[in-house]
Amino acid sequence: MAAVGNSVPRKDGIGKATGRAVYADDIVMPGMLHGRTIRSTIPHGRIRSVNVVGDVPGLIVVDHYDIPGRNVVDLIEQDQPFLVERDVRHLAEPILLLAHEDRDVLNAVRVEIDYEELEPVFDPERSQGILKAIDIVKGDVETALADADFIVEGTYRTGHQEHVYIEPNVVVAMPEKDGIAVFGSLQCPFYVLKALKSLLGASAHIRVVQTETGGGFGGKEEYPSMIAGHATLLALKSGRPVKILYDRVEDMIATTKRHPSIVRHRTGVMRDGRIVAMDVGVLLDGGAYSTLSPVVLSRGCIHAAGAYRCDNTRIRGRAVATNTPPNGAFRGFGAPQTEFAVEVHIERIAEELGMDPVSLRELNALRPGDTTATGQVMGTDCSAHIVLEEAVRRTDFRAKREQYRGTNRSIGLALFFHGAGFTGSGERHLNSKARIDLTERGVRIAVGSTEIGQGTRTMHAQIVADALAIPYEDVEVAQPDTTVVADSGPTVASRTCMVVGKILEQCAMEMKERLGGMSPSDYHAKHGGFSVLRKYEPPGWIEWDDHTYRRDAYATYAWGCDVVEIEMDPDTLEVRPVKVTAVQEFGRPIHPALARGQIEGGTAQGLGYALLEHVVMRNGGMANAQLTNYIIPTTLDTPELDIVMLENPYAGGPFGAKGLGELPVDGPAPAVVNAIRHFGIDLREIPAIPEHLVTCASR
Amino acid sequence: MLAEEARTPIAGATDLYVALNFGTLAPRRFVDIWGIDDLRGIDVRDDVLVMGALTTYTDIIRSPLVAERLPMLIDAARQIGGPQIQNRGTIAGNIANGSPAADSVPVFAAADAVVVLRSIRQERRIPITQFYTAYRASVMRADELIVAIEVPRVEGKQWFRKVGTRAAQAISKVVAAGVRGPSPKFALGSIAPTVVRAYATERALASGTPIEQAVLTLQREIAPIDDVRSTATYRAQVAQRLLRRFWSETN
Amino acid sequence: MRFTLNGVATNVDAHPMSRLLDVVREECQLTGTKEGCGEGECGACTVLVDGDPVCSCLVPLAQVEGAEVVTIEGLGDDHPLQHAFMNEVGAQCGICTPGMIMAALSLDPDASIDDIKVALSGNLCRCTGYSAIYRAIMKARRQ
Repeated sequence: MAAVGNSVPRKDGIGKATGRAVYADDIVMPGMLHGRTIRSTIPHGRIRSVNVVGDVPGLIVVDHYDIPGRNVVDLIEQDQPFLVERDVRHLAEPILLLAHEDRDVLNAVRVEIDYEELEPVFDPERSQGILKAIDIVKGDVETALADADFIVEGTYRTGHQEHVYIEPNVVVAMPEKDGIAVFGSLQCPFYVLKALKSLLGASAHIRVVQTETGGGFGGKEEYPSMIAGHATLLALKSGRPVKILYDRVEDMIATTKRHPSIVRHRTGVMRDGRIVAMDVGVLLDGGAYSTLSPVVLSRGCIHAAGAYRCDNTRIRGRAVATNTPPNGAFRGFGAPQTEFAVEVHIERIAEELGMDPVSLRELNALRPGDTTATGQVMGTDCSAHIVLEEAVRRTDFRAKREQYRGTNRSIGLALFFHGAGFTGSGERHLNSKARIDLTERGVRIAVGSTEIGQGTRTMHAQIVADALAIPYEDVEVAQPDTTVVADSGPTVASRTCMVVGKILEQCAMEMKERLGGMSPSDYHAKHGGFSVLRKYEPPGWIEWDDHTYRRDAYATYAWGCDVVEIEMDPDTLEVRPVKVTAVQEFGRPIHPALARGQIEGGTAQGLGYALLEHVVMRNGGMANAQLTNYIIPTTLDTPELDIVMLENPYAGGPFGAKGLGELPVDGPAPAVVNAIRHFGIDLREIPAIPEHLVTCASR
Repeated sequence: MLAEEARTPIAGATDLYVALNFGTLAPRRFVDIWGIDDLRGIDVRDDVLVMGALTTYTDIIRSPLVAERLPMLIDAARQIGGPQIQNRGTIAGNIANGSPAADSVPVFAAADAVVVLRSIRQERRIPITQFYTAYRASVMRADELIVAIEVPRVEGKQWFRKVGTRAAQAISKVVAAGVRGPSPKFALGSIAPTVVRAYATERALASGTPIEQAVLTLQREIAPIDDVRSTATYRAQVAQRLLRRFWSETN
Repeated sequence: MRFTLNGVATNVDAHPMSRLLDVVREECQLTGTKEGCGEGECGACTVLVDGDPVCSCLVPLAQVEGAEVVTIEGLGDDHPLQHAFMNEVGAQCGICTPGMIMAALSLDPDASIDDIKVALSGNLCRCTGYSAIYRAIMKARRQ
């Protein structure tokens, strides 16, 4: 029986359900110290002095002078330090590190820091610091706007979103050989390796191992490099293992969040509903340092014109700096923000034209042969109409819309898409590798891709098993350890199946040829083991210009159409989602139950983004940094989820699969807001908390 | 024990312990009263519902006596936290902790409940409507323990509504309890430093004032604030609408 | 402090105000119970005390004197709920899973979906959107 396409038993075993799976905080080492991070209490200024109060025997203290290499967290720009030297750019910026074997003693240590305070900038619209600028131009937008029958303008806003992985950030660093071994909750062991090389100098021995990870969602893409660097410094100074564990409050205040956005649309439309010009301005608040803002902006801008064809588009994107903790990767990575804006804007266009919102979308949605905002030609793997039609049909959308008019119920829709893999030439630069090893027992997969709940181990094993035509049971997956596995690039960007899985498929096909019909164990008994290592091979047809942002931004896209039914309490304006229908097309599910899990989980996160998740900032820091006050959906907040998985295979993906992980988060927020709009409330921002609706309703 | 430093009684620990562990409560000595079974039990004596201090929300949800005599307390209990919290949180803890957002307190206020306090020297009975003096402050003395809550027979239809941040595990933005009987009673939480019995509003309604005017009277009896969970404007608006809803639903 | 832990008489010498969560994970070295928030909101630390699911981050050690405490380890390695959570993908990253299973133990065999939702309303999951958790529980019941 083939493994691919079936919900086979997972490679994780039963450990997650018995409590035996080892997460980083479960690790205890002899002589281990606990680490603590002393952080700035002001959003902007300079440090005058730092003083540890009293003499605490056994206390290890580390500051930036203890850094042997460079005090830079190596990512895209080289602007973020591991520890503040003098300039504080955001609240909770790390300044000093402490370690001690007794947690109570450690937490009782007082550190006095004297600051010279400077005026902070919190409003992105007032920021002077541009982290990244992107301009995407197609056709002649000014002329087309002038020739249009109507122009519809609007500004749309989204706030921060916090990941709330149920396992907070945690890392254990252990001196090893003349260097360090780091065990942690992370998505990208090779990112951490790169950052530690910068910190320690390239010649040091560094080993990074991913432990079972309790959720990531992008929040453990780049941030772990910082906490790993901190634990490493303490471990090297003390000569002992050091564990740094953030409690929920510290994790929420100090680590990355989704970029807040302000997106402006000016759209030229003809009387019959054709969209002829789209002028879009995207502003992202990057926080104090660049981190991944350039790439978040990139993906956000590429998706900013939505799943629609339009001959004349101009997208101007800016990511700017503010004196707040840096924002970073979060599932969707810019697309949830810009697709929120375009989908609510499309709804407004329909309202202004007096046109049915489905018909407006049907008229303008991308078809094979149309081009996107970057001029990429859609192939037969474009499913915009397929998902739209199915969602409308399945939910009886038009009839319900009429039926609910004037009641406390409403229904709303959003059409969206998500490019799989790194943007443009990103995959080429990543140059990912995958390796499989022939062993006595069968085949072992050795990739840097991490299991963070989405099913990496299982899905990779299915692909390798079927490509080799061997039993799924004979494939095992190595724990990601940078001294053992190949660097497959980060576990992000919906690439783990489509890109890394494809390289693995190629490895398996090469191994199969070499096996010449023998089973792995027979071959191993006769000839011994061998490995196949292969690199990413970009599809030959991809053309991309990094400077003009033109042509093929992604090898393929996944497509979705969400329909959300809501109920609103007329007294309190509380909105309760009653049912969500998510129609999603992603090539082909490798493991249907795991794929369904991605859609259900991502949809729930999208509902939280739409209705509940509100980061309250005060003086440049999160004021509601507890799970009591930053709230995500409970069982009682999550409605029935009707999931439809459609298939439109992508030839360049393993067994036709596209990327899926992020797509589901793009749809729910605009669908919810479009449902709320149907009540006559002119809402243009999320979260759609009652306090915001009250203001809108009164306008 | 009285002669030594003051100790704070700890029972279900769902509020106190969090503050202690987060460092927002100064370290102190505790006396654990969770094991004192004398403080448990739900009973009716002389037509008064008597609930021991350590009655948990789960006890309330399961109690036929409470279902019969104070069903609005069950509505409140079901909406406090989730099952784990309901298994440990106690009514005395909710009252003693003194949060303005306490969900059971408006119910007790609308029901004219009495807090029974006991010390070595004496036992006192204080109506809950006279229990709080200011934000998180009460008439309770350092050597006193809440031992029971007494609720006399409630005449009229009971009504409860909590407006929280989400459907479960939610802190109230506004919480209201009402009784529509020979004289209407209406109490609100989360809209002032302490629970509010809206006496002027009650008198207005009792004397036949139209509801549209009564809501204006209500406005003068509450003092909602902006905080991380909600705004004064929203709370004020919702309080008014809840009063209207109470009045129309208990008609 | 003497109590029964997973059926075994246990004596722990720790401060009476220590969190039961820390005692279980550190003194007793049972790391299956997880900390997600420290404030009783996420339910990842759920254990049974005298049969009731409670947040162990909110229980001082002093209060389990003489009580029966059950953690996820007390279910062994072969409980139908454990298999169902893995097979039906009720567990993705797994960090909430021990707490979820402990909370689910209180469910009647004939509990409706609404009963399940209420019983689990004190347990947060960020991965699954909860649907697969309900499927896992219903599947386990049929076994």
